[in-house]
Amino acid sequence: MAATANAPELRTCATTGFRVDESGRRLALAYAVAAVLMLAAGGVMAIFIALQRQGLPISDDWWYRLVASHGATMLLFWLLLFEVAALYWGSTMLLNARMRAPRVAWGVFGAMLLGIALAQWAMFSGNATVMFTAYPPLTAHPLYYLGILLFAGGVLVAICLFFANVVMARRERTYEGSLPLVVYGFAAAAIIGVYSLLTGAAAYLLLFLQSVGVLTEVDPALYRILFWGIGHGAQQVNLAAMVAVWYALIGLTLGGRPVNEGLSRFAFVLLIAFIHLGAVHHLMVDPGLGTSHRIMNTSYLLYLAVLASLIHAFSVPAGIEAAQRERGIGKGLFGWLVRAPWREPGFSSLVLSVVYFGFVAGVSGVLMGTMQLNMLIHNTLFVVGHFHATVVSGTTLAFMGISYYLLPLLARRELVGTRIARWQPYVFAGGVALLTLAMLAAGQMGVPRRVADLGYADAPVGVTQFGEGAVPLMMTLVSVGAILAVVGGVMYVWVMVRTLLVGERTDAPLANLALRFGPTAAPPPAPASELPHNGLKGRWARFEAPGTYAMVLFFLAWFVVLYVVAHFNLAQSWPVG
Amino acid sequence: MSAAGVTEHGGSPPPGGEPPRSTLTPPPRVWWKRLGPDERRWLIVAFVWCLVLFSGMYVWLGIGEQQTPIESYRITTSDFAAEADTYIADRQVGEQDGVPVVEPIPGEDVYLVASQFQFRPILRLQRDETYRLLVSSTDVQHGLSLQPTNLNFQVLPGYLYVIRVTPDETGEFPLVCNEFCGLGHHVMTGKIIVED
Repeated sequence: MAATANAPELRTCATTGFRVDESGRRLALAYAVAAVLMLAAGGVMAIFIALQRQGLPISDDWWYRLVASHGATMLLFWLLLFEVAALYWGSTMLLNARMRAPRVAWGVFGAMLLGIALAQWAMFSGNATVMFTAYPPLTAHPLYYLGILLFAGGVLVAICLFFANVVMARRERTYEGSLPLVVYGFAAAAIIGVYSLLTGAAAYLLLFLQSVGVLTEVDPALYRILFWGIGHGAQQVNLAAMVAVWYALIGLTLGGRPVNEGLSRFAFVLLIAFIHLGAVHHLMVDPGLGTSHRIMNTSYLLYLAVLASLIHAFSVPAGIEAAQRERGIGKGLFGWLVRAPWREPGFSSLVLSVVYFGFVAGVSGVLMGTMQLNMLIHNTLFVVGHFHATVVSGTTLAFMGISYYLLPLLARRELVGTRIARWQPYVFAGGVALLTLAMLAAGQMGVPRRVADLGYADAPVGVTQFGEGAVPLMMTLVSVGAILAVVGGVMYVWVMVRTLLVGERTDAPLANLALRFGPTAAPPPAPASELPHNGLKGRWARFEAPGTYAMVLFFLAWFVVLYVVAHFNLAQSWPVG
Repeated sequence: MSAAGVTEHGGSPPPGGEPPRSTLTPPPRVWWKRLGPDERRWLIVAFVWCLVLFSGMYVWLGIGEQQTPIESYRITTSDFAAEADTYIADRQVGEQDGVPVVEPIPGEDVYLVASQFQFRPILRLQRDETYRLLVSSTDVQHGLSLQPTNLNFQVLPGYLYVIRVTPDETGEFPLVCNEFCGLGHHVMTGKIIVED
């Protein structure tokens, strides 16, 4: 790394045309590889967690350890490591800029790996069976808290380096005008990351101090408010990073951009401004909070953060539609979608991620975040279904999609296993769809989360409800979906590992994927005058993205129906207040 | 925005053979432009829907019978345990599965203790009568989940949560803990019995 101090010339990437700083490339690659390994580890745990439900003999103690580690490994380690890789990629390569303080960045990487090792040791040795939430007064070994703190602190430093890269790139004029939209989205994720990681670190710091005897007590209600700064805040980092990756995939696979750049940027600003209020989503049936406080916070103040997501829900598909129509691909309302590059893993994972995130993850989240409806949902398997829909079928699938481009570019190797890659998003999305829908349904039937034995065989006061009716079928579908998703995950990891180990070394990777970005991309679109009319009549002819408009209206109808049905269900419950 | 608007974004490559602009490259110098007709419509519809979602919670406060309880107090775990024990001793009518069974008087404060790994006591309530359940924990955090009607609340040590319920059906209703509370989380249950 010492060579970077002498500022050698930046290499020009033959595939994308970007100028590449070697130290930034190596760092991003290291983070991405570590992230993929964490995903693989979390996937192995998922198999055991799912099969225990079908009778695989695992002790209750070990099942809880696995659930604890699966949560931390996936939600913290896999996603945040990949996001740091994306931040370094975005702030160096996409800006033709240098990586600042690479030695600090490597030191931080080492500290984060140490943090992961400490936390994993504590969880697997049974010294930290407190789950990812670690609610006091449950206590864990001090090294568990220290490990998570090291990891979170590392992410904070990495975010600072991201901003340093961006600021210096701007000062050195390595790019013209405004930040590319993708980097802008990453910056939004980074800003949300700062405050969510700070509040989360504060919460874990209190627990660490208590575990070593400095504090005698941590107030459970205060802890919950602090923790959900990271808990929900960190998920909004995932959300912002995922949306940025969606835009990146539009650029890579279609050469497109949003129809209105300003609107997409405005939505990112809305997200930064209002998403942090969502921490109260987890406290809605807690003692100690008043009604208006709950409503203002859970609605992110008038649902302005939901408005941000609804804007992206239009802008992202509209970007796809516009890119296709510009090239004269497809006629009528949906021809552009039918004739889209469905065989490209980046495109299929983009569309599956967007659709599933909107129809299932987003809607279930808003239902949970409605104050009174939350009573029917809090801590049931519905919650687990919701966040698997968001971070697995949404964020993870989007990250997998961009990996097919990012890892070969970072490793400077040709993608190996293109045929597997073409199928992978469908298998993974299918598995996660089954898993999450069954979890949501089971949650509506009252199935509690994080319970090792739903038969309550050892409970003094027996509960037979979860062994009857449709619940066993739902739990079987959860397991089947989990296994299918793991198969999709194995396909992904297999392609990544093979690419890294045996992929042909090349200066121009991605020759075997259809890129519409960079100097080697497909031919440019036809001149404007030859563009076919979108073939629609009346006011639809004037629309920039008529197909998208029709789809979002359908989505809204689905949203309204579920909202009404949820209130109907609420009205069937015992009067309570 | 006329049909020409479609060509504004992205479009043909700039001179010099550079790749066309995309989400990965800096936008045109001036990237703010008027919203298209479909975008404008969607933005309005989406914002109205957000306002509906927001006001929906206040509307339900007026029309719904199921409201999130807000009455709560600080209480030490030892005070709560002592008060609950006194109450249970006063009202106990029997025992089931080793757990005391209590028959509260409608309208009164009814103690319900969550602790590792049990809800205590078993409550025998009357249908269509309203009870104030005083719920707290004597050790760690728990989740009070009333099944199968599926009402769920968080139980924190040090905080007394007052939950007013009016059972409107008879039968036996299990309570399960749905906040991870330790290695016995999956044996933590309780029961409410509702009679005519």
